[in-house]
Amino acid sequence: MAAVAAGPGPGSGPGDSPEGPEAEAPERRRKAHGMLKLYYGLSEGEAAGRPSGSDPLDPTDLNGAHFDPEVYLDKLRRECPLAQLMDSETDMVRQIRALDSDMQTLVYENYNKFISATDTIRKMKNDFRKMEDEMDRLATNMAVITDFSARISATLQDRHERITKLAGVHALLRKLQFLFELPSRLTKCVELGAYGQAVRYQGRARAVLQQYQHLPSFRAIQDDCQVITARLAQQLRQRFREGGSGAPEQAECVELLLALGEPAEELCEEFLAHARGRLEAELRSLEAELGPSPPAPDVLEFTDRGGSGFVGGLCQVASAYQELFAAQGPAGAEKLAAFARELGGRYFALVERRLAQEQGGGDNSLLVRALDRFHRRLRAPGALLAAAGLAEAATEIVERVARERLGHHLQGLRSAFLGCLTDVRQALAAPRLAGKEGPGLAELLANVASSILSHIKASLAAVHLFTAKEVSFSNKPYFRGEFCSQGVREGLIVGFIRSMCQTAQSFCDSPGEKGGATPPALLLLLSRLCLDYETATISYILTLTDEQFLVQDQSPVTPVSTLCAEARETARRLLTHYVKVQGLVISQMLRKSVETRDWLSTLEPRNVRAVMKRVVEDTTAIDVQVGLLYEEGVRKAQSSDSSKRTFSVYSSSRQQGRYAPSYTPSAPMDTNLLSNIQKLFSERIDVFSPVEFNKVSVLTGIIKISLKTLLECVRLRTFGRFGLQQVQVDCHFLQLYLWRFVADEELVHLLLDEVVASAALRCPDPVPMEPSVVEVICERG
Amino acid sequence: MFLRLALSTLVLQETDASDSKVLTCAAVWRMPKELEPGSHESPDDSSSPAHTLELLCHLDDTAHGSVACVVWEPTGDGRRVISLADSHILLWDLQESSSQAVLAGSASLEGKGQLKFTAGRWSPHHTCTQVATANDTTIRGWDTRSMSQIYCIENAHGQLVRDLDFNPNKQYYLASCGDDCKVKFWDTRNVTEPVKTLEEHSHWVWSVRYNHSHDQLVLTGSSDSRVILSNMVSISSEPFGHLVDDDDLSDQEERRPEEKSQEPPQDSVIATYEEHEDSVYAVDWSSADPWLFASLSYDGRLVINRVPRALKYHILL
Repeated sequence: MAAVAAGPGPGSGPGDSPEGPEAEAPERRRKAHGMLKLYYGLSEGEAAGRPSGSDPLDPTDLNGAHFDPEVYLDKLRRECPLAQLMDSETDMVRQIRALDSDMQTLVYENYNKFISATDTIRKMKNDFRKMEDEMDRLATNMAVITDFSARISATLQDRHERITKLAGVHALLRKLQFLFELPSRLTKCVELGAYGQAVRYQGRARAVLQQYQHLPSFRAIQDDCQVITARLAQQLRQRFREGGSGAPEQAECVELLLALGEPAEELCEEFLAHARGRLEAELRSLEAELGPSPPAPDVLEFTDRGGSGFVGGLCQVASAYQELFAAQGPAGAEKLAAFARELGGRYFALVERRLAQEQGGGDNSLLVRALDRFHRRLRAPGALLAAAGLAEAATEIVERVARERLGHHLQGLRSAFLGCLTDVRQALAAPRLAGKEGPGLAELLANVASSILSHIKASLAAVHLFTAKEVSFSNKPYFRGEFCSQGVREGLIVGFIRSMCQTAQSFCDSPGEKGGATPPALLLLLSRLCLDYETATISYILTLTDEQFLVQDQSPVTPVSTLCAEARETARRLLTHYVKVQGLVISQMLRKSVETRDWLSTLEPRNVRAVMKRVVEDTTAIDVQVGLLYEEGVRKAQSSDSSKRTFSVYSSSRQQGRYAPSYTPSAPMDTNLLSNIQKLFSERIDVFSPVEFNKVSVLTGIIKISLKTLLECVRLRTFGRFGLQQVQVDCHFLQLYLWRFVADEELVHLLLDEVVASAALRCPDPVPMEPSVVEVICERG
Repeated sequence: MFLRLALSTLVLQETDASDSKVLTCAAVWRMPKELEPGSHESPDDSSSPAHTLELLCHLDDTAHGSVACVVWEPTGDGRRVISLADSHILLWDLQESSSQAVLAGSASLEGKGQLKFTAGRWSPHHTCTQVATANDTTIRGWDTRSMSQIYCIENAHGQLVRDLDFNPNKQYYLASCGDDCKVKFWDTRNVTEPVKTLEEHSHWVWSVRYNHSHDQLVLTGSSDSRVILSNMVSISSEPFGHLVDDDDLSDQEERRPEEKSQEPPQDSVIATYEEHEDSVYAVDWSSADPWLFASLSYDGRLVINRVPRALKYHILL
């Protein structure tokens, strides 16, 4: 099936066997192939649309170029049965008939066209004949014209040369005239002040004069010119030095002087000196605004003026310099850079002074805008004077200011926190006057927390301005990385939380205080605040920060867990301190009551002493106070079985303990032995132990401290019989009311039993009161 | 053996409980001859009956109130005694072989309210001319020659000061303890701040004592029923690293490298003794054996302990 022919063979149609439903499509395709073949000259008989063989050399191919009827017929006769021969015969006849009719139709259809084509050709033949004649005429005319023209040129040749010569002479004369007139012209120009014109004239004449200076007349002119030029230069310099006119005029002067061939080095120096004078004036005016007493214009205005006055001036100088002294090469550029560096440095110093004045102010947006302008403004000269590094210096200033702002905000947050604390102190002090205390504690806590949070958010928002997209310096690497992570996150937020914890902790450390300086309620409140921070606020704030500032820097940051741990530690210390302070208050009360009383000569107890009632009242008050901020906590179930208590710890010393009382003959046997045995089974009481974050634990701590104090004080005194009984009554009273506050009521029992036992030991006449009487007295009290 | 720490003459306080009020007085007693150092052997048999003390004289100071504290002059012939009674500090001179006490000087506290001395200590330095006393939260120093105050540490402790002790080897160093559970070390030349503070106890600290010869060992007893032995190397008179000549240690060559590599030792708690069941009110070192100490608690238990052997060798070697 493949086309093997050397030429562009016919497509390999699948149509060798016209059978099946595809028979129609190959037919059409074959037609297209026929067209192609027509084009390539392989066309005999193919228009008939007979299936083309795969091989064009095949003599049996009806449409092939090498068709041989004999071979074809032979083949047919040899290969086909009769029926197929008949079929092919009829087929062939039909095709021939169809071809004939096609030919006829084509001839009919194109008859008109043949005729009109013949007509056209005839007409064209006619026209061309006419045109040929005209062309001939044209050729002869042209020949005549050429002839004439040559004749004229020949005649004019002579004159033309003369004219050219004359024109040359005329130009020369004019030049000479110009030269002769030059001195007077120059003088006139100088008088009129048209320096530019004068310099141009001089420049035009200079070369000529130089060339012909050996001729005396030219020499004279040259001398004159030199004199005038010198005067001109002097005047220009004069004007340049006076400098009253602006920078562009000065630049013009310098340009003219340069054109006059003045030494560039010197001019360059002078130019810079003048520029310096002007810029220094700008700086002075800026400095004047900085003056300490007059109300300085706001920082935005300041940077605007600095930008347009100084920086603009510097830009002009720089561009003029670069234009004028481009020939100076790297040395000149270096000079300019040094110049810019020095003045820029002074400008920066002024700006920094001004910005330093702004540090105290609260308006960040204004500052950021001012910094933005400052920075943006300096980018132009920065491009001009890359060597002077002004842009870098400006960026540095901006960074420094940003850093200082962070410090300022941190300070602000701290003072806000301290302010909150002061408010709380006042609020705590105030209701006491009104006779109403406590109910505001939770409210105060909420106030403090929300106010601190809002302060933090405000600071974050203010600081966020530095990284706003439209600010020109926000895409500097410092602001993208370090500022966000180290500055804002670490410096501001973490720093503040740390300092908050420290401030809170400092309340615990104040030495030598008897709790007078810090109200206990404040301790409690701070403790709760820190605990809240630990549980939620810290992670919230840090998430907020990370979101707002999209920290990209990879530098290590303080993890949330560390901060939380710190806050928790602070909360724990504060609470422990609270317990100590409150415990101390009650202890002092109990101690005074024990120490100041004469226990030997008391009367028989009728009442519970007032101080005990006070203790219970105070404890109740503390309970209420703590309950406002802390949860209840877990109370230890009443342990009924004492044998379960830690036995092994004291088992080594148990033996001694049991016999110890026998060496103290004066001790009342029963109580002492009892208490000693009891102690063996009870756990050691750690009085100032750390507390947990709940109400019960706090109150247990306070009561433990108070009762232990009572115990120690009782041991230092000597009691009469009634003294002992009074102690008995007091202790029973305490027992009645204190058990409900503590986690393990056994503890209260134990300590109070110990108190009574100790009092009995210190009593020369230990006659205890009847328990029933004690109960009656206590119930009555 | 242990009782040798007492002097041959005792000063005891006795309580005179009359009908109306309790008054604490002081008297001078003589210890029995058998217990004096140099006598045959230590009375180690507990079966022998307690020896009786011989009363020499009373420090007759009923006019000044209850006696809180009595201290001997640390050195010298044992003729001078200081007693603290309420707000008075009284210097006694014992005459005629201690049978008579004569008031040699006195001073008193002046201030608002009832000021009461709680503790006192006679400094072994400066030829025994200084005494330190404590009242409430204040520690005061007195010159016994003029009976005038020489220094005052206001608010030395957050609460009551319970006890004082002078460093036996460093003349300006003073330890104090109190109800704020702390033990503080002071340099009396600069009293604005303590040199060091210990917070190991969980209740009032009743007693603090320097070891008589190795003053880095400090003993404290507290009403949390614990006795704590601390090693205060950083403020001791013995220098860091212990400047012993290496030649002396020739027989211990193999030990040296590791000793050298050691850091200067830090202040630390050496041991916490929990033998007591109740508040410990007194602790003291043996005057005979520097590695022995005793503590006394409310329930009448006297516990005698030794400094851990490892530490002992560490200090000695």
